[in-house]
Amino acid sequence: MPIYSKKIIEHFRHPRNVGKMKKPSGKGEAGNLLCGDLMRIYLKIKKNKEGKEIIEDVKFETLGCLVAIANTSLLTTLVKGKTIEEALKIKKDDLIKRLGKPLPPFKIHCSVLAVDALREAIYDYYKKKGIEIPEELKKDHQRIAKAKEEIEKRYKKFQEIEKEILK
Amino acid sequence: MKRKIYLDFAATTPVDPRVKKAMEPYFSKKFGNTMSLHSFGQEAKAALEESREIVADLMGAKPNEVIFTSSATEANNLALKGIAFANKDRGNHIIISSIEHPCIIESANWLKTQGFEITKIKVNKQGVVDLKELENSIKKETILVSVMHANNEIGTIEPIEKISKIIKTQSQKLKTQIYFHTDAAQTFGKIPVNVKKLGVDLMTVSSHKMYGPKGVGALFIKEGTKIIPLLHGGGHEMGFRSSTVNVPGIVGFAKACQISKKEMGNEAKRLKKLKEKLVKGVLSKVKGSHFVGDLKNSLPNIANFWFERVEGESIVIELDLLGIAVSTGSACSSEKLQASHVLLACGLKPWQAHGSLRVSLGRFTKEKDIDYFLKVLPKVIKGLRKISPIK
Repeated sequence: MPIYSKKIIEHFRHPRNVGKMKKPSGKGEAGNLLCGDLMRIYLKIKKNKEGKEIIEDVKFETLGCLVAIANTSLLTTLVKGKTIEEALKIKKDDLIKRLGKPLPPFKIHCSVLAVDALREAIYDYYKKKGIEIPEELKKDHQRIAKAKEEIEKRYKKFQEIEKEILK
Repeated sequence: MKRKIYLDFAATTPVDPRVKKAMEPYFSKKFGNTMSLHSFGQEAKAALEESREIVADLMGAKPNEVIFTSSATEANNLALKGIAFANKDRGNHIIISSIEHPCIIESANWLKTQGFEITKIKVNKQGVVDLKELENSIKKETILVSVMHANNEIGTIEPIEKISKIIKTQSQKLKTQIYFHTDAAQTFGKIPVNVKKLGVDLMTVSSHKMYGPKGVGALFIKEGTKIIPLLHGGGHEMGFRSSTVNVPGIVGFAKACQISKKEMGNEAKRLKKLKEKLVKGVLSKVKGSHFVGDLKNSLPNIANFWFERVEGESIVIELDLLGIAVSTGSACSSEKLQASHVLLACGLKPWQAHGSLRVSLGRFTKEKDIDYFLKVLPKVIKGLRKISPIK
């Protein structure tokens, strides 16, 4: 494949940790209705002997292009068995770096979305547990919520664009 | 060896071996410049003019009405910009359809920045232009109407003859001259295309869409049409297009026209049957699949679908890994992250266009290729839906 790396193709064809999770500790979603990509990440979190919160299991579902699928699959392999603290440290560049070959610029947002879905899942867990949510995570949540709102607005605007195109 | 099946003939076609053979002498043996006075030049010039006659013959034009270009994109640019600037003293209004190829749309958009007014005519769900809207859009400032002969994504054939009649009636009423251009890049060489029957003043054709080489197109310009060139220089192509002439390419294009003339009738029938099998097969084997376009009134070789809850680029790459080459109008595959303007114009929502797939057949497509595609596709779609959060 000339455009995409072997690693991307490999995760796309054999995605890890695919599926829904019954009673997840946290569930996160990120996506773009206009583009159509939608990602969901489910986490099962348990405390270990030292009292640290460990991501015991993780599942994902993605509707999107192969880069979107590969990113979420890769991300699940990175967080499984890790502490929440460690999971929160993962950034889009960690995914991009691991996927090999530089991604085309218009595909970078696939990595952003995957990390967003994970952070939303952790946010959801904190909220359910009544744990104080770190400032950075709160900010992310607001940004993602705002993006969703924007997309919904844009969708309304899209209907106007549609009329324009159909003119 | 792994099986490789090419089902993307609307993107480009392989050069027919007979075309390649016809071109061969013109690279190193008969390499002259058509403008040279010596025998090398005259040999090349003779080949050029003979080719012009052959291409003109296939479209029912006079040889002096055919101008060779480097591509259909160039021919479309020449048609729009050349007519616009040559006739701007009479008016500044140009009408195009909303599903034209990007080289028409972007030329029109650029002309807008140069003071021209552009009207884009909407299409119905099958991709057919709204004739009523087109008629109502014509005004005394209108100098050009450009509507493609058949669409490159969905294959729908536009009612060019009807449009021509509308333009003639309206221009008589308004006592003005309105030129009519059609982009026949997808139809020329595949179905009968005759400039007189269609009633067009300008028509774009392309070599690499009909088993000729890349880098060659042509523009039919009806005698007496007021147009200015884009390329100025040595006055090649009757002054309409200066540039040393691509003789091997043009010889190849002419050979491709000869072959098409002979084989087009049977080939179109054969492809129509294969396409019917393909469409029936896809719709019956894949749940949540939809056909886009017009089954009756369309090219025999292009079929467009969209699939619920899957993304097109994923389908294309997975099929490619399994040896099948097709294309998509999904936003994910476009650098602008915008879905195909053609599919949106046909009324598809962005998330529907997201799951789109174009399958286009050609001269070298066999029935067993379609069988293999129909065997593989349901598994690919099923696999991708398994990963999807929306069941």
